[in-house]
Amino acid sequence: MRDELHPKGFELVTVALDTGGPEHVRRWIEAAEPTHPSLIDAAHELDAKLGVVNVPTGVWIDEEGRIVRPPEHAEVQRSMFHDMDVPEDLDDRLKAMLLAVKRIPHDPELRYVAALRDWVEHGAASRYALGPEEVVARSRGRSPEHARAAACFELGQHLWRDGDRDAALPWFREAHRLHPDNWTYKRQCWEFVSPMMQGPSEEFEGDWLSDIEAMGPERYYEAPSLD
Amino acid sequence: MLLTSPALEPARLRQEWGWELKPEGLCRADVCVPLPSEARLADGTLDAQVVADRLAMPLVRDEAHDLWALGPEGGGRALHSADMPQVVLPDLDGNPFDLATLHGQKVLLVAWASW
Repeated sequence: MRDELHPKGFELVTVALDTGGPEHVRRWIEAAEPTHPSLIDAAHELDAKLGVVNVPTGVWIDEEGRIVRPPEHAEVQRSMFHDMDVPEDLDDRLKAMLLAVKRIPHDPELRYVAALRDWVEHGAASRYALGPEEVVARSRGRSPEHARAAACFELGQHLWRDGDRDAALPWFREAHRLHPDNWTYKRQCWEFVSPMMQGPSEEFEGDWLSDIEAMGPERYYEAPSLD
Repeated sequence: MLLTSPALEPARLRQEWGWELKPEGLCRADVCVPLPSEARLADGTLDAQVVADRLAMPLVRDEAHDLWALGPEGGGRALHSADMPQVVLPDLDGNPFDLATLHGQKVLLVAWASW
């Protein structure tokens, strides 16, 4: 998609929210062999600056550096999980995780991509390109607690990356407590102590499966309003 | 924004959060927030706690490590305007990339994770 749209004045920028830094994300990026800028946001700065709380999240920025669509769930490819059968002999936890993933809403028509193409074609005349007031109105609310969570996460990731993991933990936990809907803060941390499964740990409250079942997978992503 | 002391460089505040220090106070677009005289320190830096209080930004201190984190504004929305904030992030090789260099193109920024 990117290479097809690039000659029309479009560029894709991918940002990996990964406190593990380049070494953790290298094999993923290299496997993709990207022709576009592929960046790493170890501090989850995009959460603080734009209101990102989950992935994948997309933001549209026009030629003058104005945001024309604020952070939204960006479904840019079909998820294989939705069509996948659930193997009977799968481990119980994995089976429950797969069943939860299947309940996350998805759009087989990939209307987000169709909207993107419309914008690339028609620019500001596209009905999917929003005016500045609408962009602000649609951006996430940020309470003082959410703001403080960002500061706490920033301290935590700095200490973690500096090698002082014990000192990082209370800051991460505080970020989770202050902003429980922020999945990037939680999943990043669960991944550190329980890679791939993001299961229960001594270090952190909750785990991916329990938390998504408590919220209801149907609410995991807010579908973008593409009218 | 990480600080190693409770003093804030005006240039960093401008680059990261768009607030510009003027005689009237800290200004961004049409808004100016007055600063008390004690906010301006002798060496040209700003008292981070005073700035944080005036701008509704949390200032969180890690005493054991002499570190402070100044977080985003709270009590409103994640975006105060449609102007894309400054974002400079490294690529795999550690080279910083400034999103603003893409002006002139339409950009889809996608935040993702391997987790």
